[in-house]
Amino acid sequence: METAHKRPNYVLIWIYLAVLTAAELALAFELPISRNLKLILLLFLAIWKAALVGLFFMHLKFERWNLRIMALIPLPLAVIFILAGMSEHIW
Amino acid sequence: MTHAAATVDQMRPPYPAERGLDVYNTKLGMWVFLASEVMFFAALIGTYIILRFGAPGEWARPGIVLNIKITAFNTFLLICSSVSMVKAYAAIQDGDPKKMRFWLLMTILGGAMFVGIQVYEYIHLIERGFLPSGVRDGSELADLVAKGTLPAATMGLYGSTFFTMTGFHGFHVTCGVISMTYLYLTKALPGKYTQQDYRGIETVGLYWHFVDLVWIILFTIVYLI
Repeated sequence: METAHKRPNYVLIWIYLAVLTAAELALAFELPISRNLKLILLLFLAIWKAALVGLFFMHLKFERWNLRIMALIPLPLAVIFILAGMSEHIW
Repeated sequence: MTHAAATVDQMRPPYPAERGLDVYNTKLGMWVFLASEVMFFAALIGTYIILRFGAPGEWARPGIVLNIKITAFNTFLLICSSVSMVKAYAAIQDGDPKKMRFWLLMTILGGAMFVGIQVYEYIHLIERGFLPSGVRDGSELADLVAKGTLPAATMGLYGSTFFTMTGFHGFHVTCGVISMTYLYLTKALPGKYTQQDYRGIETVGLYWHFVDLVWIILFTIVYLI
């Protein structure tokens, strides 16, 4: 067996996720801020929540680097794929 | 952010692993599958972004067309089911199959409720006149389009992308619920998961958390922006 590590507090992560979801809803429908700023903040909150799920519920934070890399490789590929599609629209 | 009692290395269960990666086959297979799923959803989200930013005119306002409150509750429900899944995983790691069965059942119920609420949402939207092809003539939403509250030009694009993305996600949730129910009946109930071997729970858990993760992104992109 490898070196032991401690287990995350799953309930605390759940509270974070619930609070961030409430913050998203407040941001989307209550706060009178510019549309572009709202867009950036909402995307930031969504990525933050997704990262919490990936790191703590899927345990990527505790995995070895080789598995983490395998799990993360599709993310830049997906970004390139989306940007390539958008660039076609721009050109 | 830690429990003092947990001392086992939860990433290194005591069964044979693939050399190099130090991961057992089913877990490795699930991660490879999830990598392909990232590209699948990237295609859907990418298409949505391109259609939205290249749309001829204003995009439909989700706050008017969709029922955000019920979907926000559904989002919270899926987050709760993700927590119950990871609690089931932690329970079997601690050698408590009874607790594991309880949390797995809660996850199944949470997932089934999510699908049920999504079906209700679809029925409600179709009744209001929101279809994959756009807005139905003579419906409540058609009146809003006629008044200029909703844009006529992009309702078809919005309808097709909305139902495609949320529909495929709902299909994934349904597959997860069926998989977990199968594991619950054939493995968890007969006591086949032990502290030494809980591969099925970990593998199906990875899938379930991924489904939750995708919904977090979709909820923001489709419902809030």
